[in-house]
Amino acid sequence: MGFMDKLRNKFQRGQEDVEEVSDKYKEGMKKSRQTFSGKINDLLAKYRKVDEDFFEELEEVLISADTGVSTVMDLIDELKMEVKRQKMKDTSEMKDVISEKLVEIYYGDDDQEIESLAIQKGELSVILVVGVNGAGKTTSIGKLAHQLKQDGKKVMLAAGDTFRAGAIEQLEVWGERIGVDVVKQTAGSDPAAVIFDGIKSAKSKQADVLICDTAGRLQNKVNLMNELAKVKRVIAKEIPNAPHEVLLVLDATTGQNALSQAKVFAEATDVTGIVLTKLDGTAKGGIVLAIRNELQIPVKFVGLGEGVNDLRPFDAHAFVYGLFADLLEKE
Amino acid sequence: MAFEGLADRLQSTIKKITGKGKVTEQDVKEMTREVRLALLEADVNYKVVKDLIKNIKERAVGQEVMESLTPGQQVIKVVKEELTDLMGGEQSKIAVADRAPTVIMMVGLQGAGKTTTSGKLANLLRKQHNRKPLLVACDVYRPAAIQQLETLGQQLDMPVFSMGTDANPVDIAKQAMVKAKEEHHDYVIIDTAGRLHVDEELMGELQQIKTEVDPHEIYLVVDSMTGQDAVNVAESFNEQLDITGVVLTKLDGDTRGGAALSIKAVTDKPIKFAGMGEKLDELEAFHPDRMASRILGMGDVLSLIEKAQTNVDEKQAKELEEKMRTMSFTLDDFLEQMGQVKNMGPLEDLMNMIPGANKMKGLKNAQFDEKQLAHVEAIIQSMTKKERQDPSIMNASRKKRVAKGSGTNVSQVNRLLKQFEEMKKMMKQMTNMQKGKKGKKGMKLPFM
Repeated sequence: MGFMDKLRNKFQRGQEDVEEVSDKYKEGMKKSRQTFSGKINDLLAKYRKVDEDFFEELEEVLISADTGVSTVMDLIDELKMEVKRQKMKDTSEMKDVISEKLVEIYYGDDDQEIESLAIQKGELSVILVVGVNGAGKTTSIGKLAHQLKQDGKKVMLAAGDTFRAGAIEQLEVWGERIGVDVVKQTAGSDPAAVIFDGIKSAKSKQADVLICDTAGRLQNKVNLMNELAKVKRVIAKEIPNAPHEVLLVLDATTGQNALSQAKVFAEATDVTGIVLTKLDGTAKGGIVLAIRNELQIPVKFVGLGEGVNDLRPFDAHAFVYGLFADLLEKE
Repeated sequence: MAFEGLADRLQSTIKKITGKGKVTEQDVKEMTREVRLALLEADVNYKVVKDLIKNIKERAVGQEVMESLTPGQQVIKVVKEELTDLMGGEQSKIAVADRAPTVIMMVGLQGAGKTTTSGKLANLLRKQHNRKPLLVACDVYRPAAIQQLETLGQQLDMPVFSMGTDANPVDIAKQAMVKAKEEHHDYVIIDTAGRLHVDEELMGELQQIKTEVDPHEIYLVVDSMTGQDAVNVAESFNEQLDITGVVLTKLDGDTRGGAALSIKAVTDKPIKFAGMGEKLDELEAFHPDRMASRILGMGDVLSLIEKAQTNVDEKQAKELEEKMRTMSFTLDDFLEQMGQVKNMGPLEDLMNMIPGANKMKGLKNAQFDEKQLAHVEAIIQSMTKKERQDPSIMNASRKKRVAKGSGTNVSQVNRLLKQFEEMKKMMKQMTNMQKGKKGKKGMKLPFM
């Protein structure tokens, strides 16, 4: 059974939850799919012959999706080899090869399961949320807390963004909206102290999960990155093995800089997973491909809309399906 | 540093070509390929890159380069000119309405930095143009967005008009105009909610606000880290609202910021301001010409001088200039300047503006910790007057004494002395360059 068949089968088994998830992805990814797969189809129709022009345009399609430039260059080289090996002349033969290669990058070699959060049983789990300014940390925290609460967990939030105007209030509004407690201090106080308080309070109230907000910071601000490392140390001092998750929030519209963000934040705080936000715009999601390919940090959640339920666990299968649905269904 | 990668990359490519007596067609091909990759990695839109490369190739292969006496320099000139063209012409000004108030509407995607930029813009209007702006909170959707603007208003001691989250943004804008006229504000800055450019309903709301208040400026706020999608966003906002300008935010990050290059090319709207830091005075006018220089590693001396002018009083600045010129700069002056430099913003930013600084060994990836400044202060203060005037007399026992007195160690003292020497060298480079300019020889590129 071919790879694409396997993928298609997975979504035709009629499981309700799978369908619901894939529908959500299809909806959220509609824009991406239309432009991305559409372009590949246009391309295949336009060029009958596999030649340099064809590869150049394929390269552009991939780059326009914010796929990392080096990733694209490698991919094109591989495709060229494959074409030579199989002596392909017609572009229609290329379709399967292109999609398979692309999917391969998403998956890696093994069959990956949905990456779930490392929530500890019977004790407090601490989730630290980090990222650049405006990525969507506070909003993602609100959505994530809601989800965990729905799962029956007692969730608390720590307002560690003491810098940005209105950040504490923003988290408080979320706290009220979804009905969870928010630990805070006044604006301008030490974030490590707020989070320390949060841990003490979460312990005494026997919460299951404490989600810690932090101020957005650009990764080249060394002092601010050091501050983040300190926050992490403070958490580890209170609870060994904590934070159990460090989630890096990335804006899907970000270009190549997302790689630098992932790298530097991982160095400072040992990022365990990525939350990719704003994927419901026209951002193509190519950056996920690059991040997975180059940094091996799993994407754990995807923001597919403004609603409180629109933060979804990242499911590589569903994601790829959303991206390539056109190609698959036409076969 | 913004565009650093691009500068490095172009420099290493061009190095291969400069110095050659003759540029072959193969050379040009090789170079344009490198330039293309660098631009793509910098998130410049691929269509824009395509046009740019085509122009460079044509001009480079053409007579202009082949027949010039210094083909290497000629190629660089071509690349720089094309880059400057790409980013747009001269900087443009903020509109002034015939009848006050002038209305500025801020629009953009979520998280681009609209609210912060609104505050910064109000501050800039008051500080540099002596205006009396009114901030208007029209983001009724994002939790605490109104509080955010109100907090900024408090920090700036600037009035903020809001009607809570239950009001309709169009009504808020309408009421704000009434209030602005009553209280004689000459500028009204309307902060709107972030929205996706494909969200028809919310884009419709922006059009309604536009019809209601008839703004003189509509600024699209764009995150400078945005990838290829920046062009779609800019195109879409421009089509639906006919924006008048762009504000680039978070340019103090390490993004290569290529999106900036393409936005003007695609929308034909100027980039007016750049957000250069988290503080409320860190919004700067965008200078395409200077930015192009920066991309090519020529530094940004003009910005540095301007920055110094707004933060250092004129007499002191003259003294500094004189000392830099005569090379009579001592550790005492260094200490004195440090206080003023601190006011000018993070040292890193300043270093990035100095030509060739990013090429200097040890400085390229140097990180400046503000805390280190305290150490430096302590070290200098532990020196005798004589030592400060002439650091070359510092021998091992003097160093030991200074280290002890300042609570540091000898290696830290050594490092400071070395840094001071390098700084002096750099100043020499800068002043030489200015002399060259006066002699009408033109500025020499550091990499030639």
